[in-house]
Amino acid sequence: MGVKLLLEKANVPGIRTYDVYRREGGYVAAEKALKEMSIEAIVEEVKKSGLRGRGGAGFPAGMKWSFIAKPEGVPRHLVCNADESEPGTFKDRYLMEFLPHLLLEGLLISSFALGSKDTYIYIRGEYAWVAQILEDAIVEATKNGWLGKNILGTGFDCMIHVHRGAGAYICGEETALIESLEGKRGNPRIKPPFPAIQGLWMRPTVVNNVETLAAVVPIIKMGGEEYAKIGVGRSTGTKLISACGNINKPGVYEIDMTISVEDFIYSDEYCGGIAGGKKLKACIPGGSSVPILPANLLLKTAKGETRYMNYESLSDGGFATGSMMGSGGFIILDEDQCIVKNTLTLARFYRHESCGQCSPCREGTGWMEKILQKIELGKGEMSDIDLLWDIQRKIEGNTICPLGDAAAWPVAAAIRHFRDEFEWHINNRALSQTSNFGLQHYADPIHVPA
Amino acid sequence: MSLQFNNEQMTEFKSLVARYPEGKQKSALLPVLHLAQDSFGGWLPTEAMDYVAGLLKIEPIEVYEVATFYSMYNLKPVGKFVFEVCQTGPCMISGSENIIAYIQKQLAIQPGETTKDGMFTLKLVECLGACGYAPMMQVGKIYREHLTKEKVDAIIAEYRMQAIAQN
Repeated sequence: MGVKLLLEKANVPGIRTYDVYRREGGYVAAEKALKEMSIEAIVEEVKKSGLRGRGGAGFPAGMKWSFIAKPEGVPRHLVCNADESEPGTFKDRYLMEFLPHLLLEGLLISSFALGSKDTYIYIRGEYAWVAQILEDAIVEATKNGWLGKNILGTGFDCMIHVHRGAGAYICGEETALIESLEGKRGNPRIKPPFPAIQGLWMRPTVVNNVETLAAVVPIIKMGGEEYAKIGVGRSTGTKLISACGNINKPGVYEIDMTISVEDFIYSDEYCGGIAGGKKLKACIPGGSSVPILPANLLLKTAKGETRYMNYESLSDGGFATGSMMGSGGFIILDEDQCIVKNTLTLARFYRHESCGQCSPCREGTGWMEKILQKIELGKGEMSDIDLLWDIQRKIEGNTICPLGDAAAWPVAAAIRHFRDEFEWHINNRALSQTSNFGLQHYADPIHVPA
Repeated sequence: MSLQFNNEQMTEFKSLVARYPEGKQKSALLPVLHLAQDSFGGWLPTEAMDYVAGLLKIEPIEVYEVATFYSMYNLKPVGKFVFEVCQTGPCMISGSENIIAYIQKQLAIQPGETTKDGMFTLKLVECLGACGYAPMMQVGKIYREHLTKEKVDAIIAEYRMQAIAQN
């Protein structure tokens, strides 16, 4: 069993309630932070921990905190990004559903460090019952003196408010989230100004992912240095992985980022192997936006080295032969899955979720869906593959927010690694309607350059 | 005006607005639209949106542009129970297409339609964050996961019974 810092107590009966959470050592870190530590010391511990944003971008959390502006007399806000909407990702839901007080404790410490007296949890609207769990936990925490006025006699006032979204993937982007929190459409803002300078209601704001903020609790408990010793390189601490698709044991797992991809997929402690005894064909290792990899490049890098479940190893080889850790949404496709169809569902997703602000994304996502639909329905032409490639290239990097990139990458990677499957669809129009291209050579050992 | 929050709903409205600073009451728009939709029969007629605009002291257009942007707000009447079935990648590779086809057959409706008795609406939606428990659908405020044909039958029967019990 690996190290568990976040989910260690997830299976304790009643851990969702304040009494059990407290009895199991809850709010000890908050007490330590508020009573014994200075604001600077807390930020310093988070910096030392090497904690990277767990939402997908992987930006160092301590550094993000240090950017917050502190103009005299202007309130600052911490906003917890619980808009988890990246296909394949359901880890934050698990954390909030089973350990709501862990998140609240992390929010309290972080709010104290950032000087946020009104902290918001922006939760995706569909997680209605999870929002209720958080509301109930906030009532309990307030009743027990962890929220409200003059917390622990320190003079610090803090309230945490739950804000439900209403169905928009784009609101996971921090400036769109802020717009939405202001009661507007989720159209991302042009940066700069960055939220740390002018965010919510034009006030200095830090937006962090649920898992990132929960991780502040073990960091304060054990100290940043000890936290940084877990994991490897710049992948410090533990990471929640939500595993889904054609595996025996889908679910949320906490890993210490030293495990190999192969062990993660096949060991009984984690995914438990491919369902139905089938073979592994491909994987999207970090949520639907990151490049899909064929089995051979997933398990080993292009250099023939073992690939591990951490930021550096998953991205080894860049987009040519690697992928990304992303949000930790780990999607496994078995030998019977069709890459064209899978790519089509993702293209449809991004077309549906584009806010429509930037032309390359608004128009491009629609075109990609249409062309993929055409190929999937057995009406594709060879030139469509190049057209798809051309469109995704023209979206990438040409939009205000990263949704454009997120829509372009899955299409690019599918063509990059599975071009012959696309060609097969086009050359075998009738056959492609009744059968799949299958595994073919995608799991074959790759050529290792001498 | 016929559409109005009752006392209980008005208390809820006030507690939602109180979460934001003075003068920033527009921030409560999304939560208040959820409340309005729940209170007024599962959808948002123009009258409901105008009512919300009045309560929040903002222009009606500010409500319309938000209500049309987010997928959870229904701008047309829906059935008593709305089956929102996920069709995105992870659910698709776990067999959501068969489930969608089966629901269509059992309810004799196409996606976007409501059964003649006004009981069920079928909507196809994008990822709901339940990929490990696929195939799945959202019904009201809860998720129904690990769907099979047998489970779909049981769920339909369950909601029919619920409707009878409520009448």
